[in-house]
Amino acid sequence: MPRKVVYEARVEYVQILDEEGRLDAKLAAGTLTDEQVAFLYEQMVICRQHDEVAFKLQRSGRMGTYPQNKGQEAAALGSGFAAKKGEDFLVPCYRENAALFLHGLPMEHILLHWMGDERGNQIPEGVNVTPISIPIGTQMLHATGIAWAYKIRREPRCVITYFGDGATSEGDFHEAANFASTLQVPCVFFCQNNQWAISVPRETQTASETIAQKALAYGMPTVQVDGNDLFAVYKETRDALERARSGGGPSFIEAVTYRLGDHTTADDARRYRDPEEVAAWQQKDPMIRTRRYLENKGLWDDDRQRTAEERAKAIVQEVVRAAEGIEKPTTDDIFNFTFAELPAEIARQRDTLRTSSIGQDRTQPDPASRTGASIR
Amino acid sequence: MAQMTLVQAINHTLAHEMERDERVVVLGEDVGLNGGVFRVTEGLQKRFGAERVADTPLAESGIMGTAIGLAMAGMRPVPEIQFEGFLGPAYDQLVNHAARYRTRSRGAITIPLTVRVPVGGGIHAPELHSDSPEAIYAHHPGLKVVMPSTPYDAKGLLLSAIRDPDPVVFFEPKRVYRSFREDVPEDDYTIPIGQAKVVAEGTDVTVVTWGAPVFQCLAAMDELPEDASIELIDLRTIYPIDMETIVESVRKTGRCVVVHEAPKTAGLGAEIATLIQEHCFLHLEAPVQRCTGFDTVMPYYKLELDYLPESPRIQKAIEECLAY
Repeated sequence: MPRKVVYEARVEYVQILDEEGRLDAKLAAGTLTDEQVAFLYEQMVICRQHDEVAFKLQRSGRMGTYPQNKGQEAAALGSGFAAKKGEDFLVPCYRENAALFLHGLPMEHILLHWMGDERGNQIPEGVNVTPISIPIGTQMLHATGIAWAYKIRREPRCVITYFGDGATSEGDFHEAANFASTLQVPCVFFCQNNQWAISVPRETQTASETIAQKALAYGMPTVQVDGNDLFAVYKETRDALERARSGGGPSFIEAVTYRLGDHTTADDARRYRDPEEVAAWQQKDPMIRTRRYLENKGLWDDDRQRTAEERAKAIVQEVVRAAEGIEKPTTDDIFNFTFAELPAEIARQRDTLRTSSIGQDRTQPDPASRTGASIR
Repeated sequence: MAQMTLVQAINHTLAHEMERDERVVVLGEDVGLNGGVFRVTEGLQKRFGAERVADTPLAESGIMGTAIGLAMAGMRPVPEIQFEGFLGPAYDQLVNHAARYRTRSRGAITIPLTVRVPVGGGIHAPELHSDSPEAIYAHHPGLKVVMPSTPYDAKGLLLSAIRDPDPVVFFEPKRVYRSFREDVPEDDYTIPIGQAKVVAEGTDVTVVTWGAPVFQCLAAMDELPEDASIELIDLRTIYPIDMETIVESVRKTGRCVVVHEAPKTAGLGAEIATLIQEHCFLHLEAPVQRCTGFDTVMPYYKLELDYLPESPRIQKAIEECLAY
């Protein structure tokens, strides 16, 4: 018998706004208006300022470890802008701050998180995002579950989940992709391929030629976009969300971008990265090309830049003040959120911390304890 | 009132709660069309549809992780993990995510899920189908751990678990699944999580156990002399542990034997013995005895009854404790 081909596939790459700020007008049609691009560029300026200030806070000992988002703003903003605020749900990793801010997360929450304060994860009512996720890849399953709930309840809502190139090596990515596609849930898998998982480059991470093609095995529409191109990211995310909302199931987007900073402030990427590679990617910085685009259209100039930067500084200054001004949590907070209703033993432990007793203190019977009265 | 086995009681309870609360969904491997490998979910898919009783891909982390997402989005997921040995792949999602979310979000996000897991040995099952890992999950803050030993208790505890605002690991002793029937009311009733049951009252020694060994303890008690007055406590909830019931009993008897299938070292027997010495020190007549599985890998089934705390071994432990 002759062999026959049972499966063929291809992956498209989409770029609309190139490194020089030149736009493919045909592909750009019906995507972002000039007003929207200017708004998103201003968001980039604010987020970059937030990121730089966060870095400095760590360096000056005012904040713990922080992973810079620098260079990945277009991927976060283009995708986040395509989702409906207050309706759709974002399930992030930790390099999409800009998308979270766009969906209403107060900026000081991110600083609080990295200042070692769980209140940074206390998402306000009505803001549809989960807290940033530290372990790699686990959050994609939560996103799939949330989208599944929307499908069961026939709600026209979607989920975007963010993760990096390294995360697609995790089992949970494959389980999430498989669940999402077999269940046909409205979830967009948005991979920020920033080329590096700490010190492991993309080529060492996987023998797969693209990250995008991994989705093919799960029968999912997939595409690779220039992740530093606001237009391409927006367009492909919007299309994927529309497909999801109309019952077309999950999609995969690989946004090709670059981690301009170290993995975190605890990392030194000079140990493993070629400075020429970094320099080349600095030229592809999404802020440079977005600004060029706006300038070419006569919508931006040095004056507006100065105004935007001053505004960003003022905003971030206020954010830092809010984050640093919050009162230290009480030690009770270690205990009080373990369960909806605190078991007697945990209440006892909370009280031993209050009194610095080892729990044998007979002079401090715990009124909240169920057993305290009868035992002591 | 109907007579039900443990399997039937859990099936009845799931249907009862799905009828009452449309947020309740069942998910797992083979739970739909096939009704589960132990038939615990038999007929539920036909009755409630494939969306609420979903056959998932074969991936335990996926089951647990998507259940977390469902719970975040306001559903009341009841995932099934087919055997306790397969909780391993779901462990990360359960302990690092489900258990921690309320704390890490300072109460903004909660995970009301109940994962049902057949547990324990004694049914001649293959490898990794007979373990007792309850202590591992009791050690993880943020999880409640329940193990009923009777059909009546299973209904009351499962309703409490599904309605609980926090994640609950609901262990079902598979050796008891079809071992007997008892009356289970059709009506709605709950048994609070965290409340042990005194199965038999006595004054000479307290025996603390849970799950299938409850019946081994009862068999051992039948073999002991009639003048040995034994108080048998079925813990029912592993975490939060009902210290009050244990302490009250041991203060009366002055002696205690803890019986569990799981390995001895760092098992729950150690925790219970410590609680007793903390709270009953001056009442003790003998050291707390532990009659447990061994610090070995659970043997294949030819030797499983030698590994498990069967009634002769329990009888001996009680006798030794009484004679101390």
